[in-house]
Amino acid sequence: MIQRHTLSVLVEDKPGVLARVSGLFSRRGFNIESLAVGPTEHPDVSRMTIVVAVDEFPLEQVTKQLNKLVHVIKIVELEPAASVQRELLLVKVRADPGVRSQVLEIVNLFRAKAVDVTPEALTIEATGTADKLGALLKNLEPFGIREMVQSGMVAVGRGPRSITAAAVRQ
Amino acid sequence: MTTATPRSGPVPGPSAPKPGPPPGRQGQPPAAGQAAPVRRFDEVPMTGAQSLVRSLEEVGCEVVFGIPGGTILPAYDPLLDSTKVRHVLVRHEQGAGHAATGYAQATGKVGVCMATSGPGATNLVTPIADAHMDSIPMVAITGQQSRPLIGTDAFQEADITGITMPVTKHNMLVTDATEIPRAVAEAFHLASTGRPGPVLVDIPKDVLQEQTTFSWPPELKLPGYRPTTRPHGKQIREAAKLICAAKQPVFYVGGGVLKAEATEQLRELVELSGAPVVTTLMARGAFPDSHPQHVGMPGMHGTVAAVAAMQKADLLVALGARFDDRVTGQLATFAPNAAVVHADVDPAEISKNRRADVPIVGDCKEVITELIDAVGAERANGSADLAAWWTQLDEYRSTYPLGYDWPADGSLSPEYVIERIGQIAGPDAVYAAGVGQHQMWAAQFIKYEKPRSWLNSGGLGTMGFAVPAAMGAKMARPDAVVWCIDGDGCFQMTNQELATCAIENIPIKVAIINNGNLGMVRQWQNLFYSERYSNTDLGTHSRRIPDFALLAEAMGCVGLRAETEDEVDKVIQQAMEIDDRPVVIDFVVGADAQVWPMVAAGTGNDQIMAARDIRPLFDADEIVADDATASTQMTREA
Repeated sequence: MIQRHTLSVLVEDKPGVLARVSGLFSRRGFNIESLAVGPTEHPDVSRMTIVVAVDEFPLEQVTKQLNKLVHVIKIVELEPAASVQRELLLVKVRADPGVRSQVLEIVNLFRAKAVDVTPEALTIEATGTADKLGALLKNLEPFGIREMVQSGMVAVGRGPRSITAAAVRQ
Repeated sequence: MTTATPRSGPVPGPSAPKPGPPPGRQGQPPAAGQAAPVRRFDEVPMTGAQSLVRSLEEVGCEVVFGIPGGTILPAYDPLLDSTKVRHVLVRHEQGAGHAATGYAQATGKVGVCMATSGPGATNLVTPIADAHMDSIPMVAITGQQSRPLIGTDAFQEADITGITMPVTKHNMLVTDATEIPRAVAEAFHLASTGRPGPVLVDIPKDVLQEQTTFSWPPELKLPGYRPTTRPHGKQIREAAKLICAAKQPVFYVGGGVLKAEATEQLRELVELSGAPVVTTLMARGAFPDSHPQHVGMPGMHGTVAAVAAMQKADLLVALGARFDDRVTGQLATFAPNAAVVHADVDPAEISKNRRADVPIVGDCKEVITELIDAVGAERANGSADLAAWWTQLDEYRSTYPLGYDWPADGSLSPEYVIERIGQIAGPDAVYAAGVGQHQMWAAQFIKYEKPRSWLNSGGLGTMGFAVPAAMGAKMARPDAVVWCIDGDGCFQMTNQELATCAIENIPIKVAIINNGNLGMVRQWQNLFYSERYSNTDLGTHSRRIPDFALLAEAMGCVGLRAETEDEVDKVIQQAMEIDDRPVVIDFVVGADAQVWPMVAAGTGNDQIMAARDIRPLFDADEIVADDATASTQMTREA
C-alpha cells in the first residue's frame, strides 16, 4: 500500500544541494509531495523536510539513494504520531463587510489569524497539519477564495532528542 | 597514503551508512599512484593552475588523458613542466574518458581525464556515465568559464556539474583557488573509496589564473561520506550458516570482487565451500575459468550451466554483483527457489532488484575474509553434500558447452578468431572489448585466469569503448600485451585514438571482428524483426569502406588483414611480434554468426536457448513443449 512518509534530511549547505536531492527523486521515479528547506542551528547545515508517497520497499531505496549523495549528512523518517508536523497557509478570501464577521468567526475557530484587511478581502494566515488546513479551506470556499499559497511541510520529532546534535559536531 | 591501491586508502568512520559524528579530519587523501610518504607544504605561493598540477602530483596521479582548450589552458602551462604527471594528448575527449577508465580497470588506480569547458566537457559525458555504471574510479577535471561569466551563456560555457549530476558519484565547482588542493584530494578519495565512481572537478579559468597558496595535505571535509567497509558479524554468521546448509548453492560474483582486490580470498572461500561459481560480465577474471568450480558467465549470453545453476539454486551468494537485468532476465522468474545472501559495499544495491534474505554491507575483501573464517567454523558442525548438485551441473556443462559452428558460406568464424587470439596471447594479456557480438564472444571464448585482464563497458554498453580503453590499459601496464577486440561498428566510433597510440608510443593490438554490420542489432533483427535488416549494413564488407588496413597505416599503425582460417594464426603471430607500433588486424568474418546461448530480452532465464529453439531448462520442465507455441511466444516477448 502506498503511504505518505515524512523524511527529515540534514544536508550540507552547499550550492546545488537542492538540485541534487530533487534530481535524484525524479530520475529514480519517486514523486515528491512536498519539500521544504531551511537553515538549522548549525550554520553549515540545512534541513529538508520531504514528504514522499511510496511503499515501504521503495522508501528504503529512496533513503539509501539519498544517503549516497555526498552532501547528505543524515536522514530520519518522522512518524506522524511521534512528531509535530506543520504547514503554513496564506489565503485571500472575498469578504465584504457583510460577511466579514462570518469569515472571522471561522478564522477564530481554526485559531488562524487575519493578517491583511481591505473592504473586499481578508488575508488569513494559518498553520497546522494538512488535514486542518484542508478543513479550513473547505469552510472558506463558499465565500470565494481569490488566491492561496501553501508551504511544504516542516516537521520535528517530539521529545528532548535532537537529530542534528548527534549528526553535526564540528 | 600508504599503499598503491586506492581502495585501501583510509576509510573514515564506523559502520552504519550515515552514523555518528563525522570525524573533523577524515585522514589523508588516498594514493592514486605509487606509494609515497605524504609530503607537507605550507602556504606555498603559486597560481591556481600550479596548485592544481601540484595537487595531482601529490595525490599520486601519473597520467592525465586530455585535450587543452580555452578555459583549461592555464592548467596546461604548469603541466608542461611536471615531471611526475604525464599528459597524453588524445584526439577526442571521449577517448580521454575511456582511456582513464581503461587505466583504472587495468590497475585499480584512479584514472584521470581533462578537458576544456563547453564541448570539451560535454564530450566527457559518455565516458563519465560509462564509468558511473561500471563503478570505475575516475577523476575528470574540466575548465569552466571565468566566474563573472558563469550563467551568461558565455562562449564554450556549459553547466557541466549540472549535466553530470546524475552520472557522477559526486561533482564540484571550485570557486576559490585556495580550495583546489582540497577539491582534488576529495575527488580522488571519493572516486577510489567505498563503491568507486567518477568524480568531476570543474574549475573556472579565473580561479586557475589567480594567485593563491598551496598547502598539502588538505583536510577533507566530507561529513556526509562514510562508506561502510566492515561487514556486520551477525550477518556473516547468518550467511555462513546458509552456505553450509544449502544443497544447491551458487556464488554469484560481480565486478565488486575485482574492485576490492578480493580474488585470492574468493578462491579460498569457494574451494572451502565446494560450491559452483558464476562470474558476471564485469567479473570475468575474478575467478579462473580453468577452475573446475567455475560454471561460466551468467545472463543473457551466459553458459547454460551458469544460468541453470542460478535458476535451480537454493542459495545465491551475491558478492559485489547488482542483479542487473542482463543477468536476471525477467526478475519475477529469476532463481525462484533461491535464498539470497547479498554482499555489497553500496547499501543501495542490496534489495534494489531482488530482496536479500541476508544483506551484508561491506567491502568484498573484508566480507569474503570474514566469510572464510565463519564458513570454516560452521563446517565443523557439518555441511550439505553437494554431489547431486554437481552431477546436475556437470550434465549441463557436458551437454551444452560453449561452442560455435563455422559459417555455412565458407566465411571466417568470428568466434574462432577471438578464441585463437585468447589462446595465442594467453592469460597474461589484457583484453579490452567494445560492445556487441564481439564483446560477448570475447567474454565467452577467451579464457580469463587473472583479475584485471578483461576490460569492457558492461552497464552503459558504450560502443567505441575498446580502442581508448586499451590505450589507457597499455599506458598503465606497458609490459603487458594489450589486445583490443573491437567490432567494425564500434571501431569507427573512436578509432582516431590510434593516432594518439602511434604518436605517444602506446603499441596496442586491435582485432576488428569485421562482419560488415552492426552485428548484435542485426542478430535481433534476424530473431525478432522478421529478418528485416534496417540500417545495420555498414558497408565494411560490401564496399570495404573504410579499408581498415589502409586506415591503420594512415594513422601510423601496422595494418593487416585475414579472411581465411589459415591466415588467422599467421596475422595474430605477426601482431604479437610487433612492439614498436600499434597493430590493426581486419578480420573479415561471416555476417550471420550469432551469439548463443541467449535469453531473449524480457523473457525468463528458464527460456534460455542453447541455440535457436533449443531450450534446455524450459523443455525439461515442460516435456511436451510445443515448439511452434514456444517460438511464437519468444518472438512476442522480445
